[in-house]
Amino acid sequence: MEQFSQLLLALVVFLSLYLLGSSSLTGCIKILALQGMCLGLLPLTISRHGFRPRALLLALGMFILKGFVLPRVLLYAIREVKIRREMEPMIGYTLSLMIGAALIGLSFVLAERLPVLEGVRTSMLIPVSLATVMMGLLMMISRIKAVTQVIGYLVFENGIYLFGLASAYEVPWLIEMGVLLDVFVAVFVMGIVINHIERAFHSISTENLTRLSD
Amino acid sequence: METITLVLSYPIILLLAPPVMLGLITKTKALVAGRKGPPVLQPLYDTIKLLGKGAVYSSTTTWMFKLGPVVSLAAVFCASALAPLAGAPLISFNGDAILFAYLFALGRFVTVMAALDTGSSFEGMGASREVAFSSLAEPALILTFASLAYRSGGLCLAQMFAPHSGPSAAAGTILVLGTLFVVLLAENSRIPVDDPNTHLELTMIHEVMVLDHGGPDLAFILHGAGIKLVLMSALLVRLVLPEMPPAAALGSLLFGLGCVAVAIGLVESSMARVRMVRVPQLLVAAICAATFGLMLTLR
Repeated sequence: MEQFSQLLLALVVFLSLYLLGSSSLTGCIKILALQGMCLGLLPLTISRHGFRPRALLLALGMFILKGFVLPRVLLYAIREVKIRREMEPMIGYTLSLMIGAALIGLSFVLAERLPVLEGVRTSMLIPVSLATVMMGLLMMISRIKAVTQVIGYLVFENGIYLFGLASAYEVPWLIEMGVLLDVFVAVFVMGIVINHIERAFHSISTENLTRLSD
Repeated sequence: METITLVLSYPIILLLAPPVMLGLITKTKALVAGRKGPPVLQPLYDTIKLLGKGAVYSSTTTWMFKLGPVVSLAAVFCASALAPLAGAPLISFNGDAILFAYLFALGRFVTVMAALDTGSSFEGMGASREVAFSSLAEPALILTFASLAYRSGGLCLAQMFAPHSGPSAAAGTILVLGTLFVVLLAENSRIPVDDPNTHLELTMIHEVMVLDHGGPDLAFILHGAGIKLVLMSALLVRLVLPEMPPAAALGSLLFGLGCVAVAIGLVESSMARVRMVRVPQLLVAAICAATFGLMLTLR
C-alpha cells in the first residue's frame, strides 16, 4: 500500500509538471481529471485503520467530482467560448517547467524544516502537497486565459487537499464535503464568468480586465 | 551452462537483436496502419546488401569522414561490454556508468565531425540540431544514472540496474523508466523527436548527417544505431526484471526487447512528430522528471 500511495503521489507531481508545459486546453483539462482521480484513490491507500465505509464514500465523492464533474464543466466552458490553446503565457512553457522543477526542489527542502507531526515527516505527502500548491500558484499568475487560471486554481486546491491528508489522516467528513462543495461552486461561477468575459470582449484574455473605462 | 549462455547471448544481442528490433517497430507501425509491411528481418537484409557494396568518397572529404562510422560502431560495441544484458556485464568497475554514457557521446561526436567534414550545408544543419538536442538529453540520462547510483550505493551499471527494494522504490523506478524512455526516443531519433523515415532535409535531424555515407559505412552506421537502441532498451528492461538464472534472463530480456519495440511502434503510430521548437520542451520535461526522481531517492 505504501508503494502504491508513493506511486500515486509521484504521478500527481508529474501531472502538475505536464500541466505547466502543455498548451492545449483540452489536454490540460484531461490531465487535471486524471490528477483528480489520483487524489480520489489516495485516501484509500494511506488510511491507517484499513477500509472504512466513510473513507470509501469520501474517496468516491472526490473521484467523481474531481475526475468527472469539474472537468466536464470546464470542457463545457471552453466549448462555449471556442478556444483551444493558451497562446502566449507570460512565462514560456520551457521556463515554467524549469521553475516547476525548482519549486519541487524547494518544497522538498521546506518539508524537511516544517514543524509537523513525527510520523508525517518521512512521508512524501508534505513535499508533494507543497509542490502542487506552488505549481498551481505559478499557473495562476503566469497564464493569461481565464480557463488556464481556473485550472491553476484547481491544482492549487488539490495541493491543499493533500496537505490536509498529511496533517490529519482523517479529515472530518463534513468539512471535506463543504470544501468540495465550495470548489464545485467556485468552478461553476468561473465557468459563467468566463462566458461573460467572452461575450463582452470576444476573447477570454484577462488582460482586457486591467483597463478601466466607463 | 552459465558460461555457454553468456557466450551465446552476446552474438544474439549484438548481431541479431538490433535488426529484428528495428523490423518489429516497422512491422508494428505497418500493422497499426492496416498495411502488411516489410518482413521483420528486412533491416538485416539491408545491412548484408550494404556490406557487399563499395563505397564512394567525395574528394572534399578527409580521413575524418571514413573514421566516423567505424568509431561510432566501435563505441557502441564497447558500451555493450559494460551494460548488464543477460546476467553480469563483461567488464564492470566503479564508474562504468559514466563511461557508458560518454561512449554514446563519443559515437555522436565522431558522426557529427564526419557530417561536418563533408562541407554540405544540410549536414551542418543536421549536426547542429543533433548536438543541440542531445545536450538536453544528456543531463536527463546523467540525472537518472545519478538517482540509480545513489540508491544502489555504487556507480556501477550492474549494481545500478539490479532489482531494488527500498522505501520509495516504486515511485523512483517509474520516474526513471519514464525519463529513460524519453531519452531513448530522443537518442535513437524516434518519432516525437525525429522521424526516422523522413527524407526531407529541412526536417531531418539524425538521418541528414549520414546522407553522404554509402556501402559498408552506411551499414556500420545503421547497425550501430540498432545496437544503441537495443542497449538502451535492455537497460529499461533490466530495471523491471527480477533476479533470475542466466538462461531465463536471456529469454526474458529478448521478450522485453520485443515489448519495447512494440511500445515504440505504438508511440510512433499514435502521435505525430512534435515541432522542432517544441522538442527542447519535451526534453526539459524529461530533465524535470529525472530531477524529481533524484530528489525522491535523496531523501
